[in-house]
Amino acid sequence: MNPTELANQAAATAQRALELAEQARRAAEAAAATAAPAAAAVEPFLYLLTIFLLACFVGYYVVWNVTPALHSPLMSVTNAISSVIVVGAILATGLGASWVAVVFGFLAALLASVNIFGGFIVTRRMLAMFKRKG
Amino acid sequence: MSVTVSTLAYLVASVLFILALRGLSHPETSRQGNVYGMVGMAIAIVATLFRPGMAGGGIALILLALAIGGAVGAYIATRIQMTALPQLVAAFHSLVGMAAVFVAAAALYAPESFGIGTRGHIKTTSLVEMSLGLAIGAITFSGSVIAFLKLDGRMSGAPILFPNQHWLNLGLGVLLVVLIAAFVSGGSEVLFWLIAILAFALGFLLIIPIGGADMPVIVSMLNSYSGWAAAGIGFTVGNLLLIITGALVGASGAILSYIMCKGMNRSIINVLLGGFGTEGGAPAAGGADRGAVKVGSPEDAAFIMKNASKVIIVPGYGMAVAQAQQVVREMADLLKKEGVEVKYAIHPVAGRMPGHMNVLLAEANVPYDEVFELEEINPEFAEADVAYVIGANDVTNPAAKTDPSSPIYGMPILDVEKAKTVFFVKRSMASGYAGVDNELFYRPNTMMLFGDAKKVTQELVQALQR
Repeated sequence: MNPTELANQAAATAQRALELAEQARRAAEAAAATAAPAAAAVEPFLYLLTIFLLACFVGYYVVWNVTPALHSPLMSVTNAISSVIVVGAILATGLGASWVAVVFGFLAALLASVNIFGGFIVTRRMLAMFKRKG
Repeated sequence: MSVTVSTLAYLVASVLFILALRGLSHPETSRQGNVYGMVGMAIAIVATLFRPGMAGGGIALILLALAIGGAVGAYIATRIQMTALPQLVAAFHSLVGMAAVFVAAAALYAPESFGIGTRGHIKTTSLVEMSLGLAIGAITFSGSVIAFLKLDGRMSGAPILFPNQHWLNLGLGVLLVVLIAAFVSGGSEVLFWLIAILAFALGFLLIIPIGGADMPVIVSMLNSYSGWAAAGIGFTVGNLLLIITGALVGASGAILSYIMCKGMNRSIINVLLGGFGTEGGAPAAGGADRGAVKVGSPEDAAFIMKNASKVIIVPGYGMAVAQAQQVVREMADLLKKEGVEVKYAIHPVAGRMPGHMNVLLAEANVPYDEVFELEEINPEFAEADVAYVIGANDVTNPAAKTDPSSPIYGMPILDVEKAKTVFFVKRSMASGYAGVDNELFYRPNTMMLFGDAKKVTQELVQALQR
């Protein structure tokens, strides 16, 4: 076997290998397209939106069940739980990616915690007053 | 704690928050519900503090913020008078709004913390969410500050109107949308702050034309906004708990606004346009030709009520202003001792926030099972001997049923005129918030008890004791 023949054979083999690789890639692509289209394509935003809309419905049905006599406590307790925004403030402060974020996070945590404690305590005070006859 | 564990903790907190609202379906379960809410909040905070990557210095700062804010909140909440509840809630809403603005700003300057890009290169969807959270938060803040000032009497409750007001607001609203679009396409930090300033101005301008007695709707609406702001921030930072809670609060506030509007038979647009009741305030001119008004003394009223078998008390905001709830309950106690059946009738828009009157009566030790909503109590007025209307006016006006030209036409009212005798405790003949005359004052079975609500009822109590 002379070197030229050898080189030609090697080139042919390499060419075949390339073709096979290309075939494998196509097959893999086709498999990916049929097997797992959802996992790859859906925006995370859509998951969040789904959860948001479902939570709106839960809120709608739960709140219509609240007795009108307790609408004031409803307002103060929703006020208290909406300060769960403190979670965002904690992440901004605690992860400390920039000092500006730390300052804003700290201020947000400060305001939200006034609300958390104030909201739950005033709700508790109100609810404690609702008593039955006798 | 891994992110998986903290996400599970957020799920538990969300469920606890839903249970907190669920508990409010009955006074007996409500206290337990409030405990669920507190536990949920504690879980959310602890789970976040133990997320990976939290720095020791940052945690110390957070604990400091929680300690200072918590002490201030606890101090205010334990001391606040129940009559001042509406302004307290308005003030608390403003804090949530401002916190949303601050968190949005933190996400703008440190997007890596929330995995939404790097500074100056934030993902487009995140910019949309961020600007919405920011704008709603800022409107909630300045709107709630105005609502607080009006409710607290630091600013006149009268609507502030000027020419082309609504065109100005509309123009600013359009400008806000344009700024948000520009911010989303470039992510400019200057535009972020311009949006904030414009939204602050808009919140302020939207609330100033709205009168004091429309504040129940406004406080409910701002309650809703604070929820949507939290949800917007939740989308920005990709946090499920914030999104779920924001949706719950947003839905709750929206439903309360709807109930309040329905209680006045007005659309939310009509309330937001403001200026309601500005043309009235003085006694209506038509009063004279309606015949004479019968004026009674507390002694007369005491005599009639003592011999009644059923008395329905109709408290309005005037009772709260006069701080008369305690003495009203004393009067009810004395009547019950005489064998009289006593019930309370509450109109949906009585007071300055939804359910305010129920809280004030509960504070005065009125049992909640003696207090009834409009639909429950209305059929009972026909069999009542006495309706004792104290500090309420428009909500009893039959013109709402009979006079299509009246500004309150279509509003559900308490049918006090069906009672055998109606007592109106009022300072004067002045008309109510809607500026309309009440024909009930001139009916033969109506007796006016002029004077301060508390003083009149006190005299009535003394007469009953004799």
